[in-house]
Amino acid sequence: MNKFFIMLAHTYLNRLKSKSFLITTGVTLLLIIGLANFEMITERFTGKESDENQKVAVIGEREGLLEPLQSYLDGQDTTIELAAFEGTKEEAEQAVQDGEYTAFIDIAESDGTPNATYYANQIANTNVSNQIREALQQVKVMIAAEQAEIDPEVFQQISAPVNFETVALEENAKTEEELSEARGLVYVMLFIMYFAVIMYGNMIAMEVATEKSSRVMEILISSASPVAQMFAKIFGIALLGLSQITLFMVVGYQAVKMNQETMTGGVFDYFGLNNMEISLFVYLIVFFILGYLLYATLAAMLGSLVSRIEDVQQLIAPMTLVIVAAFMIAMFGLNAPDSGFVTVTSYIPFFTPMLMFLRVGMLDVPIWEVGLSIGMLIATIMLLAVIGARIYSGGVLLYGKSSSLKDIKAALQLSKKE
Amino acid sequence: MTLQLAGVTKRFGSTVAVDDLSLTIPEKEMFGFLGGNGAGKTTTFRMILGLMNPTKGSIVWNGETISYEKSHIIGYLPEERGLYPKLKVKDQLVYLARLRGMDKQAAFRELDSWLERFYIPEYKEKKVEELSKGNQQKIQFISAVIHKPELLILDEPFSGLDPVNVEQLKKAVIDLKTAGTTIVFSSHRMEHVEELCEHLCILQKGRPVVQGQLKEIKRSFGKKNLRIHADFDLTYLKELPGVVTSKSVSEGCELQIKNEAAAAHVFEALQGKGFVRLFDLEEPSLNDIFIEKVGASYE
Repeated sequence: MNKFFIMLAHTYLNRLKSKSFLITTGVTLLLIIGLANFEMITERFTGKESDENQKVAVIGEREGLLEPLQSYLDGQDTTIELAAFEGTKEEAEQAVQDGEYTAFIDIAESDGTPNATYYANQIANTNVSNQIREALQQVKVMIAAEQAEIDPEVFQQISAPVNFETVALEENAKTEEELSEARGLVYVMLFIMYFAVIMYGNMIAMEVATEKSSRVMEILISSASPVAQMFAKIFGIALLGLSQITLFMVVGYQAVKMNQETMTGGVFDYFGLNNMEISLFVYLIVFFILGYLLYATLAAMLGSLVSRIEDVQQLIAPMTLVIVAAFMIAMFGLNAPDSGFVTVTSYIPFFTPMLMFLRVGMLDVPIWEVGLSIGMLIATIMLLAVIGARIYSGGVLLYGKSSSLKDIKAALQLSKKE
Repeated sequence: MTLQLAGVTKRFGSTVAVDDLSLTIPEKEMFGFLGGNGAGKTTTFRMILGLMNPTKGSIVWNGETISYEKSHIIGYLPEERGLYPKLKVKDQLVYLARLRGMDKQAAFRELDSWLERFYIPEYKEKKVEELSKGNQQKIQFISAVIHKPELLILDEPFSGLDPVNVEQLKKAVIDLKTAGTTIVFSSHRMEHVEELCEHLCILQKGRPVVQGQLKEIKRSFGKKNLRIHADFDLTYLKELPGVVTSKSVSEGCELQIKNEAAAAHVFEALQGKGFVRLFDLEEPSLNDIFIEKVGASYE
């Protein structure tokens, strides 16, 4: 057992000290800090502009339109300021080009309703033009109603938005607000799970393949049992992953705390990070660890079949595809967590970590269902560990020209106990 | 403390890598393992180490099978050399020594004395990939012996080394043997085996074709080599009874003869023909034995 910890420590420390790990961690930390200060940074860039009013010149047949347009725009909480422009179209063009106005609109009238053309230096930014178009639409409807001699009160009634609320009848079902919060949270967690499994899975496969391709493996397996080596790798990398994620969380939490005043609303409200349920957090950890173990065992097994490092990607591609598939189904499931497809797939062990977590996060899933899926997941992990250990002990002795899944058979034969 | 292989057979599917091999390797001796490429040497070593299980038969060291609990008494230098390329020499050796059950301090002490011995103490802090191939091989050798194994298995220990390094390594191997290590080693180089081993075994397609004590093997081989240098034409000698093969060289000829009696015939046949500068009867070299035993079955 002592050797197991020597190997575990070796895997952990070696990776921890590696340049690629330090760089990835550093970049991710910068990203987290950047994200936490996102609002402050964007304000610094756009702040000045948004404070100033956008002046828009109006020419053409604007009689009686300017005032309702402006009042509508003001009501929409915009900063657009319309101004009558005395002069020709060419002069207006000149004024926009000189930067006196953001844009100008030319209003014409046909059949008693207005239409307009919007001129600006750049029309890539549709923010201003859209708002003016909306305002004009509104004014046009009003004019049309007036012409049809509809009572303004009746008109108000017609155009008022309908009251519509959704209420869940099941006692424990999540309310609309909770659901949208949960959706954001589950989304973030699925994403983290997806990345972590791919990244750490890759790391393990690389780790095994490096030892094999440098042929140091033969000394290692004559010193300690391949099974102990495999699990030392899996847990070594797990420890590394936990250290990394803990670091991210601590830094992330501090960064968020420091910026708490500026962070009311916005991104964080959407992701529902403000009020996270404890049970969901526990589920996250359980599914995360089980998911990791499942894919890590698979990765170690596949890595042991490789003779050259170049072949690692090729061999773990099927595993990556399964992870991507799980993630895709989960993304689909975010909007339809109660669909039969998601329910069924959440029992398939390779999909369980993501999909069952999604269901737990979004719906009220009976505890026995969760228990069943976790049980099946653990059984699969154990089965995979037994098979993986056998393939690993044979695979590490296997050197061939091509590395493919066909080698599994050869590896099993090598490790056969007769 | 002997290593005993009894009726060991290893099959991979339909191919037989090792076929009914029985050996007794005596304690504190050096045992030579010879064989062409693919003769089953490495497979045999892997079975001795417990990396593979024999299909049939048993391998015991000191009456017990070798398992991972005993890995500290075994040292192994694999044919395919391999170390962590990115790791420093000292980290590497200490890690591998600890996996063989050595504690850290002892590993550091041994490491220093070995590096000193191979005149490479300055490489302690270097990464393995920065070293020359010969020096990497020395590090590899240290990794096999640093934990003072009772049984040392060396697979082609001298391949790819220059003569100076071969001598250094050979001396280290002899010292280990004197200190009481049982050593099994394989080589293509007959002269190394001839020089170092008392017992040997020649494998051919997984079967032992020759095995036993070196002197015995040579004696029972019977054939001897006869070198004759003379000023006159010697081609008529090959017609004499007891001469197996003959080869002309610039100064005379080299004959392979059946036994010592044949040498007497040749000696008589030379009388009165002229001046003979050299008449030299030699024991057969291991090389001759190897070529005859292994080469014959190729044909």
